[in-house]
Amino acid sequence: MIETRQLTKIFRDKKRSEIRAVDAVSFRCEPGKVFGLLGVNGAGKTTCLRMLATLLQPSSGTASVSGHDVAREPEKVRASIGFLSTATALYARLTAREMVEYFGRLHGLTEGTLRERVDRIFTTLDMQEFRDRRCDKLSTGMKQKVSIARTLVHDPPVMIFDEPTHGLDVLISRTVVDFIRDCRDRGKTVIFSTHVMREAEKLCDTIALIHSGRIMAEGTLRQLRERTGAQDLEDVFIKVVEARG
Amino acid sequence: MSVRNIFIVYRKELRDLLRDRRTIISMIVVPMLVMPLLMTGMGGAAIKIVSKASQEIPRVMVLGGEDSPKTLAALRGMNTIQIAPTRADYTNQIAEKIIRAAVEIPRGFDAALQNGERTAVRIYIYEGEIRSSFGASALERFFRDLRERTVRERLASRNVPEQLIHPLDIQQTNVAPPKKVSGNLIGSIIPYIIILMCLTGAIYPAVDITAGEKERGTMETLLCSPVARTHLVLGKCLMVLTASAVTTLLSLCSTGISFALAKKMASGTPGVGGLPLTMDPLSLAAVFVLLLPLAVFFSATMLTIGLFSRTSKEANSYMQPLLILTIIPAVASILPGVDLNWRLALIPVLNVSLVSKEILSGTFHWNYIALIFASACVYAVVALTAAVALFKRESILFRT
Repeated sequence: MIETRQLTKIFRDKKRSEIRAVDAVSFRCEPGKVFGLLGVNGAGKTTCLRMLATLLQPSSGTASVSGHDVAREPEKVRASIGFLSTATALYARLTAREMVEYFGRLHGLTEGTLRERVDRIFTTLDMQEFRDRRCDKLSTGMKQKVSIARTLVHDPPVMIFDEPTHGLDVLISRTVVDFIRDCRDRGKTVIFSTHVMREAEKLCDTIALIHSGRIMAEGTLRQLRERTGAQDLEDVFIKVVEARG
Repeated sequence: MSVRNIFIVYRKELRDLLRDRRTIISMIVVPMLVMPLLMTGMGGAAIKIVSKASQEIPRVMVLGGEDSPKTLAALRGMNTIQIAPTRADYTNQIAEKIIRAAVEIPRGFDAALQNGERTAVRIYIYEGEIRSSFGASALERFFRDLRERTVRERLASRNVPEQLIHPLDIQQTNVAPPKKVSGNLIGSIIPYIIILMCLTGAIYPAVDITAGEKERGTMETLLCSPVARTHLVLGKCLMVLTASAVTTLLSLCSTGISFALAKKMASGTPGVGGLPLTMDPLSLAAVFVLLLPLAVFFSATMLTIGLFSRTSKEANSYMQPLLILTIIPAVASILPGVDLNWRLALIPVLNVSLVSKEILSGTFHWNYIALIFASACVYAVVALTAAVALFKRESILFRT
């Protein structure tokens, strides 16, 4: 479960003074559901997710992940999430297995549990063939699988995906999308950010349209269509943004 | 404090680093090669040059002296010099190293000596050129002998005892043991080189695991783990310290081996066999212990700079002034007259450099050693605290 209340992030910049990257954002993500943050580049999606992953501190407002406050219990929050984004890269000189094991150890897994879990994940994701290959020698698809394995190794109840298909080809994107669906089916709380309308349509149970750091509208795809009278999600998005000025 | 987490980070960083060819070069190959190359390569070459120059019979020119056949004949009879034909462009010949030196004998030189008058000869040399100085030395020896012989003859002709003008002799005897002599001569340059190795050993790994990680995007991956930021910094710092300590240790070992080799080379070479090259393993070990807190200080400082930087390139540009800031106190310790005192004992780098110089010459000032070790530890803790504080600042970690 993820819950945010009036979550705000202000960056101070010498040239542009104050930037409200996320402005009083409130939402709730339930277990077994995919919550989508849909917005254009620079809308505040990454900042919002980074606050949930405790990489950034909120300027005001609160957020809790699996019952832990992001400001007061950041380590407990990080222990209960799997965070995947295009910015979370792999250690080039480690093998796929070493990479996943390293993060398993950092999450406090015992050696026995770690071995058993790594073996299971590598089999499920069809990674056994390249488990001992260095990450810099892997293809983009293989790398994405290692990243997925890294987020899963500690079996977190909450998954945070920040534009996970950005820059990936259609086949690798399909793997990621299937993985997100699988997480939902296994009862995990999933929050997913994207600027690709089609992906949001396919995956999200609830969509929040975010623009200039603020949530402009939130609901299921059907509710958003009914509210705006548009069918295509792109049209829905534009109508909402124009209506809110 | 989770020691387990610190060691998980440390082990991974070390494994990652040891797979990097550039690290192996900066951490192992460079320290193992620098001192042997300096000592056996450059030192060996210098020994050979000096030895060859000392064995050569220098070509010298005699200017004038046509009316002094006695001196001229004596010069021609010397087997330590070759007389070149007289030419007007003798200065060019010296500058172009065709001849090594020239001596100008004034008109009426023999007669002046005969008549008890005062006269002078002038020797022309190429200053700083070793072969020229050997040529000049041979000429100078000849004229010094001539002067002493003339003085003796003049005194004898007047029945004056020699003691009248030589009332006393001055003799110098070295009482310092060879280790101290060696320490004084070479002990100042060794800490300088080792301190530099200690610093350079930390630079590459520190930049790689901070600014390098930011650039490659693995920093964000790491920050998603539940490990406390302090443990991440300590694990990383421990790895940089290992790299710095290994570089320093290898430098010390190769220094010891190089001295042994240089001593062996020098012992069989004419002209340089008497060089006091002695390096005590216990002194080297003591220097290593003193360098450890300095290595922590360097590691944490490098880590702080790396964390502050957005890219490896930016980090490397910050390292250049730091390198100069380290070289200045290290060089200051080599300067003559800069000796250890209570004030200098508190200046980082300079203090370790000065006390290492003393230790290598066999002098252990325990009060200074304790103060320097303690102050180096304080500086190390301050630098480490700064690195931890910086690692907790999101404006630094996500600087764009």
